[in-house]
Amino acid sequence: MMSLAREGSQGGRELHVLAVDDSSVDLAVIARLLRSSKHRVTTVDSGKRALELLDLEPNVNMIITDYWMPEMTGYDLLKKIKESSTLKEIPVVIMSSENVPNRISRCLEEGAEDFLLKPVRPSDVSRVCSRVM
Amino acid sequence: MEYSSLQRQVAYMKKGLFDQGYLDEQFDELEELQDEASPNFVEEVVTLFFRDSSRLMANIEQALERCPQDFRRLDSYMHQLKGSTSSIGALRVKNECTKFREYCDQEHLDGCQRSFQKVKREHAVLKQKLESYFQLLRQIGPTERATRSGS
Repeated sequence: MMSLAREGSQGGRELHVLAVDDSSVDLAVIARLLRSSKHRVTTVDSGKRALELLDLEPNVNMIITDYWMPEMTGYDLLKKIKESSTLKEIPVVIMSSENVPNRISRCLEEGAEDFLLKPVRPSDVSRVCSRVM
Repeated sequence: MEYSSLQRQVAYMKKGLFDQGYLDEQFDELEELQDEASPNFVEEVVTLFFRDSSRLMANIEQALERCPQDFRRLDSYMHQLKGSTSSIGALRVKNECTKFREYCDQEHLDGCQRSFQKVKREHAVLKQKLESYFQLLRQIGPTERATRSGS
């Protein structure tokens, strides 16, 4: 199911973004980037926790996930989301510190909305959020 | 008057960190994200970095003593460390991490060990320098810090 973004207090769209990264540093940075653009952010440190949260909290407008995580990669998480009838409409953005063309094309073919190279810039966040809004 | 003298000291210290290659533009990007709602964001992220990186480096230290050597595990740890260094703009540490990974690729244990000593050294120096930087910054009020233009 697709949930609608809420109208922000200043008339812009406020997205609820789920950020997934096993690095606490990167999670803090991506959360700050999103919050400084007035989006609501929930952070988790693994794909497993992301799926648990999505089970309880379906009102997520976008998922932004690191690619390389132990146990479940961002690609694995993307696949599970796209295979789920309730979650497949949620846009998924993948982040990675490595520019590996095969990896990028595999993720995009699997239905990723975008693929961002770390460190992620404010302009990257604006671009992906605008597209979702 | 006192604030502007402190701000000059902060700017000078920061310029030194950039000129000597300890930091790169990613650190500036993080400072741009600070505002009145999050006036200590950079210090918080840097604190997280030193917490996580110390743990990773302890893992690497242990892994280097194993026999036979598991270069994939070593590389995995160093990949994580390098990622974090990149996220805070810790350029010198990042460069040493890159060299370590090259030795991992070659399965060159001696090279890994020597390179790791350099990673540790750069990490310790950066920690000291950033502690001094943030100590100085704390003497400037949060509003001044948040609205200070980048140098």
